[in-house]
Amino acid sequence: MKTWIESRILLFVLVMVTVMVLIPHLFTFSSYILHIFIMIFYFSYLSSCWNLLGGFAGQHSIGHSAFVGLGAYTSTFLFLKIGLNPWIGMVLGGVVAAMAGLFIGYLSFRYRLRGLYFVLVTIAFAEILAILFSNIRFLGGASGLVVPLKEESLLLFQFRSKVSYYYIILAMLTFIVLLSYLITRTRFGYYLIAIRENEEAARAVGIQVMDYKLLATSISAFLSAFGGTFYAQYTYFIDPPTVLGFGLSIEILIYPIVGGIGTVLGPVIGASLLYPLAEFTRTILGAKTTGVHLMVYGGILIFIMIFAPRGIVGLFHDMFPLRGGTEK
Amino acid sequence: MINLDLLFQAAVYGLIIGSIYALIASGLTLILGVLKIINVAHGEFLMLAMYFAYYLFTGFKVDPFLSIFLIMPLLFFLGAFIFYLFIKPILKSQEINQILLTIGISIFLQNLALYLFTADYRTLNLSYSQKTIPIGNMAIGVPHFIAFIVSISFTFGFYWFLKFTNLGRSIRAAAQNREAAILFGINVDRIYLITFSIGAACLGLAGPLLATFYYVTPTVGTVFLLTAFVVVILGGMGNFLGAFFGGLLIGLTESIGAIFMPGSLSPVFTFVVFIIILLFKPEGLFGRQLR
Repeated sequence: MKTWIESRILLFVLVMVTVMVLIPHLFTFSSYILHIFIMIFYFSYLSSCWNLLGGFAGQHSIGHSAFVGLGAYTSTFLFLKIGLNPWIGMVLGGVVAAMAGLFIGYLSFRYRLRGLYFVLVTIAFAEILAILFSNIRFLGGASGLVVPLKEESLLLFQFRSKVSYYYIILAMLTFIVLLSYLITRTRFGYYLIAIRENEEAARAVGIQVMDYKLLATSISAFLSAFGGTFYAQYTYFIDPPTVLGFGLSIEILIYPIVGGIGTVLGPVIGASLLYPLAEFTRTILGAKTTGVHLMVYGGILIFIMIFAPRGIVGLFHDMFPLRGGTEK
Repeated sequence: MINLDLLFQAAVYGLIIGSIYALIASGLTLILGVLKIINVAHGEFLMLAMYFAYYLFTGFKVDPFLSIFLIMPLLFFLGAFIFYLFIKPILKSQEINQILLTIGISIFLQNLALYLFTADYRTLNLSYSQKTIPIGNMAIGVPHFIAFIVSISFTFGFYWFLKFTNLGRSIRAAAQNREAAILFGINVDRIYLITFSIGAACLGLAGPLLATFYYVTPTVGTVFLLTAFVVVILGGMGNFLGAFFGGLLIGLTESIGAIFMPGSLSPVFTFVVFIIILLFKPEGLFGRQLR
């Protein structure tokens, strides 16, 4: 029964990816609509990265923007100063972010201080970076960094048309969704879930809890940084609020929470529903009423937490329970 | 060579802002210690309190030091209202859900304020804003001085309340062991309500005090919330006295750090202290229990 459900997820993913690959060929979208698609994929990607750590391993980071920012700043800075290829910069950014992840992970997991402690540490760490980067002159300070426009080429990660970015982020998203799926099917994933459900019990059956938590943190950080580089190459501009801010951290985790935390598709479902909704309210209400679309976000978050704490996927499971099987 | 007068002046101002940090953090740490919830909306309660003080002054000419008597009960009831409506239903949820709920409240209130009050920075023009009290070679602003006296005396009063009154003892009992407290006949649900409201009321005091010398804007709460987090960890999560000394320490660090570094970098000192604490004393300087 369970394998049937899960292979259905895989089938669903394949169908959706095919549809998404074909869509730009079948219709000609305005660049605005294309932008919305790109942003949905971008946030689905980041949220899925967060979900590896927050959803599967149960270590809730509220400072994931730190990793996105480290990725964006590493690749952009090296591209600007020594002309390093952004693709190589992307990998280096990932390495920097993974090191940062190991550092704060080690600090907060070391004494078995769990839960709330990790939350506070991640918030503070992201905030330190945001303040530092706003004040370091050669990193652009508060005015940020501009990616220099060279020429349109895949090698330089620069394109004139949005369609190319669309495909790149779609590929990244497909990769992370398949990775999440694989993780739920492997020993590694079971270890993470065991740690999330009961850390003492996991330790008792011989799981190296510390190692696996650190591994999950560094993988999540490494991949989040890729999102940062993508964002920098796509918008040609980064500054501390857009890639390091508290707002970004919240946005990254709100989608998996709304969609379904710790599920393969939850982050994607959350972002696909919520991002357009926010964009829609922003357009309807116009620029004059700043912040109203964020009030909608806040309201939704409160509502979901009280009435559907397991998100949309959780609601779906409640409505169509697996016969004969147990939850999770 | 560092000017000693300058250093001394910075230390005094550090203690003053530190006493406000202590006030904000003690509300946060109390809620954390008793309800085991990180209230992210804490910063927004502070922001609202500051706006109340601002509008009471500009609209009705009520001095912010007097409006405390109105704003503290107001924040107490706001806290009770939020508790009943939102916090009570999720008391038994996972901690991440609880945090997210308070983040939801925080986002909502912050943007409501942005919508109602716009993003403009507002400051109060009190008749005594620029007046100073000379002490030795330096001068302290009158609003700063009064704010310091008020917040320190309140914190001591609060500590006495927790330590020696029946209600205070019940609150500490609920923090230490919920089940045992119930067995001893303490109505823990009521204690939760009262604790959350008192936590909010602390901001009803901190808000007007702060508004006398600090600007008001919809995002002002975030700045103070992050500092308060650091103070709470520094003092030991849920430790009231720890929050007090932690607040003063962070105020001092920031203010003295500002002498050596350009102004906008001074918060980095706060976080450097924070990292050092994490490295060497992760349970906080004063341990974790609400004492």
